[in-house]
Amino acid sequence: MTAAVHVRSVNLRRRRRVGTAVLHVVFLAGSVVVAFPFVWMILSSFKSIQDFYNFGFLPSVFDVSAYQYVFTETNFGRWYLNSAIVAIVVTITNIVFCSLIGYTLAKFRFPGARAVFILILSTLMVPTEMLVIPWYVSAVHLHLADTYVGIILPGVMEAFGIFLMRQFMLGVPDDLLDAGRVDGLGEFRLWWRVAMPLVKPAIAALGIVTFLGNWNAYLWPVIVIATDQMRTIPVGIALYATAVSNGIQWNTIMAMSVLTVVPMIVVFVIFQRQIISGIALTGLKG
Amino acid sequence: MVALEAARAPAGSSPPGRSRGMTLRGRRTRVAYAFLIVPILFYLAIRVYPTLQAFWLSFTVEGSPGLTLANYSRMLQDPIFWQSVYNTFLYTIITVPIEMALGLLLALGIDRMGRFRGFYRIIFFLPYMTSIVAVSWVWRLIYARDTGLLNEILVGLGLPAQGWLNDPDQALLSVAIVMIWQTMGFSMLIFSAGLNAIPKEFYEAARIDGAGGWKMFSRITLPLLNPTIVFLAIIGVIQTLQTFTQIANLTGGDAMGGPLHSTASIVVYMYQQGFESYDMNFASASTVFLFVLILIVTLIQFRVLNRGYKL
Repeated sequence: MTAAVHVRSVNLRRRRRVGTAVLHVVFLAGSVVVAFPFVWMILSSFKSIQDFYNFGFLPSVFDVSAYQYVFTETNFGRWYLNSAIVAIVVTITNIVFCSLIGYTLAKFRFPGARAVFILILSTLMVPTEMLVIPWYVSAVHLHLADTYVGIILPGVMEAFGIFLMRQFMLGVPDDLLDAGRVDGLGEFRLWWRVAMPLVKPAIAALGIVTFLGNWNAYLWPVIVIATDQMRTIPVGIALYATAVSNGIQWNTIMAMSVLTVVPMIVVFVIFQRQIISGIALTGLKG
Repeated sequence: MVALEAARAPAGSSPPGRSRGMTLRGRRTRVAYAFLIVPILFYLAIRVYPTLQAFWLSFTVEGSPGLTLANYSRMLQDPIFWQSVYNTFLYTIITVPIEMALGLLLALGIDRMGRFRGFYRIIFFLPYMTSIVAVSWVWRLIYARDTGLLNEILVGLGLPAQGWLNDPDQALLSVAIVMIWQTMGFSMLIFSAGLNAIPKEFYEAARIDGAGGWKMFSRITLPLLNPTIVFLAIIGVIQTLQTFTQIANLTGGDAMGGPLHSTASIVVYMYQQGFESYDMNFASASTVFLFVLILIVTLIQFRVLNRGYKL
């Protein structure tokens, strides 16, 4: 009886070990497939145009002319700057506004608080696609099309961020705020000095998600941006690549993709814990 | 309730304290409004007014006064519109279940990867956080008819080259593969969080009762993951209904949403009507359609997926 149980558990353990080995092989194969487009992107960016027609896995000659072309013949550096300006400004405004609004909705009791919260939350139901046409019409009227303000303005305080911050601000103890009031802190300082430091994880998560979202944003930027000078990276790559897609400059397009994606990969690998928990946090709260 | 509070207030505070409490409350209300006035105006101007304007635009035609259903009747008679709606449904049915299933399998397996866990997590999550535009062009190169890697491999194996994005029968599936590749890492991440929230004691108790792996999965894991599944299904469907960037970059150029409109989605249709043909009123009608569609889908999903288990 005990021997039989022992044999069974040994079998189980052996089966489990074999299963884990198979799983490792499956995961390794899967990760090769998933990561392959990134490898291919990097290899292709170092190929000459002719290389794309006489097929080989590696570049026949290590050719950096695509990168030279990107920096001398296109506005890529400017697009990079534009993307950075847009993403950084929107991230800062979202952190400031969403936390202040979330704090006010969570910690102040006043007539109309519920109405304001519902007003903001209900806008989550309206897809951006429905708003871009009115936004564009207004932007043209107000001469905001093709300006930073025009690109940035619709996203300066996202309803989702307000909801997230409100949920976290609810957890800030009232006693602490009252103690601050006794010490003579004004309401504005209470929010900035007392409440903000207590919700740092939520702020980090909101900042990461907002930055990524705006760094990669496409639909509204491609609509509101008109000139090459004002393009963000996604808009710049998309319009450059579609413009040349007849006599396709694959190596140049891939060089642009590398210059966009590789810095993100580096940042992601360094901050992966914060980024992943931030995205999981905001994802789960949504 | 109100009477109770009214009765409690004078008892709890002396007359001077009470009047001070009133002004304090009044002051804090003013502070709250001061903090909120800019956001309220912002939301009215940038979200609420444009929403109403989108409805209004969809019921009017430029150059003629009064409300009309002309945009809607034209849209509903346009076969390309219906093709886009049909394609959008196809994208949803194909991508959402597959990316969720793959995400769940990855989340289940990754816990057994030991010290490689972090490595695999980075690899599988990478596509989700990199620029859709940039990676769409990488995929477009991989799919390319003459210079693409996939066809080189097929030809090398003695198989016929495929059209991929150039073949109306294969293009939608080719786009869907890219969408699955991009989003399954997100599903993995959310499923991982959901799995970690399940108490380990449940599995130990089940093992003592002699339950096998499959039984534990179907009786413990799946039911307890239900909130996660509902969440991923809803945001997956809503995001897929709004698909635009992948299609615009995988097929854009000569004919966005091509070949023969075989990859066009509702948002691609909207973009072409609004920003290529510059008929904002007509394009608005398609966005109202999308809005209603998303609303209905959300309500249905909440009902259907919650039937078995309580959230």
